[in-house]
Amino acid sequence: MSKKHECIAMLLAGGQGSRLGILTKNIAKPAVPYGGKYRIIDFPLSNCVNSGIYTVGVLTQYQPLELNDYIGNGQPWDLDRMNGGVHILSPYQQIKGTEWYKGTANAIYQNINFIDRYNPEYVLILSGDHIYKMDYSKMIAFHKEKNADCTIAMLEVPWEEAPRFGLMLLNDDNSISEFEEKPKNPRSNYASMGVYTFTWKKLREYLIDDEANTHSSNDFGNDVIPAMHSAGEKMFAYPFDGYWKDVGTIDSLWEANLDLLNPKVDLDLSDESWKIYSRNPVTSPHYISDTADVQNSMIAEGTEISGCVDFSVLFSNVTVEEGAVVRDSIVMPGTVIKSGAVVQYAIVAENAVIEENAVVGQRPEDMINLDEWGVAVVGASVTIGKGANIAPKAMIDVDVKGVE
Amino acid sequence: MRSNNVLGIVFSYDYDYVLPELTNLRTMGSVPFGGRYRLIDFALSNFVNCGISKVGVITKSNYQSLMDHIGTGKPWDLSRKREGMYLLPPFSNASAAGMYAHRIQALYGRLGFLNRSNEEYVVFCDCNVVCNIDFRELLSAHDKSGADITIAYRKGMAPKIDDTLVFDLNAENRILKAALKVNSQDAVNYSLNIYVMRKSLLERLLTEAVGMNNTDFERDIIQKNTSLLKIYGYRVDGFARTIDSLMSYFNINMELLKRENRAALFDPERPVYTKVRDDMPAIHGLGSKVKNSLIADGCIINGEVENSILFRGVRIAKNAKVKNSIVMQGSFVSESASIESVIMDKSVVITPNKMLCGTNNYPVYVGKSIVI
Repeated sequence: MSKKHECIAMLLAGGQGSRLGILTKNIAKPAVPYGGKYRIIDFPLSNCVNSGIYTVGVLTQYQPLELNDYIGNGQPWDLDRMNGGVHILSPYQQIKGTEWYKGTANAIYQNINFIDRYNPEYVLILSGDHIYKMDYSKMIAFHKEKNADCTIAMLEVPWEEAPRFGLMLLNDDNSISEFEEKPKNPRSNYASMGVYTFTWKKLREYLIDDEANTHSSNDFGNDVIPAMHSAGEKMFAYPFDGYWKDVGTIDSLWEANLDLLNPKVDLDLSDESWKIYSRNPVTSPHYISDTADVQNSMIAEGTEISGCVDFSVLFSNVTVEEGAVVRDSIVMPGTVIKSGAVVQYAIVAENAVIEENAVVGQRPEDMINLDEWGVAVVGASVTIGKGANIAPKAMIDVDVKGVE
Repeated sequence: MRSNNVLGIVFSYDYDYVLPELTNLRTMGSVPFGGRYRLIDFALSNFVNCGISKVGVITKSNYQSLMDHIGTGKPWDLSRKREGMYLLPPFSNASAAGMYAHRIQALYGRLGFLNRSNEEYVVFCDCNVVCNIDFRELLSAHDKSGADITIAYRKGMAPKIDDTLVFDLNAENRILKAALKVNSQDAVNYSLNIYVMRKSLLERLLTEAVGMNNTDFERDIIQKNTSLLKIYGYRVDGFARTIDSLMSYFNINMELLKRENRAALFDPERPVYTKVRDDMPAIHGLGSKVKNSLIADGCIINGEVENSILFRGVRIAKNAKVKNSIVMQGSFVSESASIESVIMDKSVVITPNKMLCGTNNYPVYVGKSIVI
């Protein structure tokens, strides 16, 4: 039994993220690279340590190898601790049998023993799908002040986007009067961010009840929270004001990366008081040659640029040869873009090779039919042959032959 | 030779005097270099890349910044249960009084550390040599030749440091003659001050030298013993440069703007490790213009940068111009300011519209945290 903790965090990182297509073929969604040197999971992990939460259980299930390797002993986030620290929690065999995590609530249910070891007052449930900087300690203080059983972080979203979210109707004291799950005609624009604080004693009871209920889908949003609400537990919404983005789709991943280049977007990664930690590549500073032209872009270390880069995010150890053009694109670590190639409105995954004069993606202004336009994606370690043309919206996960 | 049978020792302070400006507030090992490194990173990385897992870091004075940098040795994987990194600050006792002037005294003062170490061999080096050397080859050359001592050397113009040894070697690379204070305009075989020998031999040589009141390692131990001991040279052909002045510090940094030099010093097979600062990647703003420059993480560039090296977290404002310069961590060049041939230490601020210009053969140095 460990020392008692006031609050521990459980990070749901088992999702496949199927809408990211080939980008999550071999890695779990939280391990998807973001922002030049980060991976999505760096954000919730860094938020935890910055908020003073030093015990984090990371629940993994889908393609965990790379994620496990990345998290390691948690040292980059200062989560290698004598007491607590980061723990990878995969499904395991128990006396009553072996089960995968059936849903988000079931994943926590299967780890009741882990949480009980720390005997916390509160449990923070996080997901590994979002880019945001948040002080969880303020939310926990709010939860305590309201004497709540469950507090849900909420964000005011534009009305036109509201139908995509789980919404909450609130009373004057911020207690939740009603939930609406992705309604056609929303009555509220307070969206749930998928960040929950529970009083552990309460949640524990509901998880056990939920597991006993054979009709349940064992999901927080669909089952546990509605059950708590209908039983009349004290549920509050904690207002969050700041940048928050679900990077669940190719378009939103592309946008969220380029948001870093928009000075109007409230996501400052250079803020010393709220650093985002990551496992840093061991490589030299990046080099910009005499022939390069780099505008409005984010460039990570180890990258060498001799071509033209505009409004793009380049990860570490990328090579852009002389005469190559990269614009409005995301290029992940180790990729080589050869002379004369053009990469535009595209996401190119790790260690890909774009051979000479190949064209990946298309600018929307050059499209005849805008419905056919979208971000092109080239998968990890794929080679796009000389002069090949990759259409917008394409997802390429096998080598493409060159065109003579 | 088993690499975990070798003890590494690095002198973090030797030749501080050749860089008085940069070592005023720090020691040679913590002098910033190459956009994101400190000079000691090269020595420590050379050690760990060949599998050496016990390293002693000998310090003398002003080593606060060095301690901040190396911490427990974690970035070099030297924070270990078995062995790892040992910081060896000045130690005074009756026979070796505290502040040492020479390598012999410094090592003799650590005789206890040497005695207690179980490793059979010892490698030691300085921090003013910027190099990426495969020490496994150096160790196996030492093994094969049956030498008592092996010293890494390089062929070229000798650094302008008085106690640099210059060697005459035979075809087997045995050192026949070692000369000091050679003032030659030609290429010579000069020592890189990287030594390999049995630990027991080092212990004996040190004890004898102290007994004879000898003080100079190069003169009294190496030069005197070229005929008595088998001393061999190990020729280094990769990237290895000795810093002997502010000008050479500047030039060696600038050499990294050439691709072949970066490829040699930052060989991915033998990476150079350094302390992580968790900066965001650099941002090149709209209207910025960067040519032939090395840029570290955390920089935000909105002005012009040419033939320069920017360390982590440097900010270049709109219309500012930076040319042929080295700008260290956290410095700021304000709007419409212009600098050329300047070495800016950490956290320097150039206020708007100021101009600062050194010359091609002598850069201006601006000290830490100065506001111009």
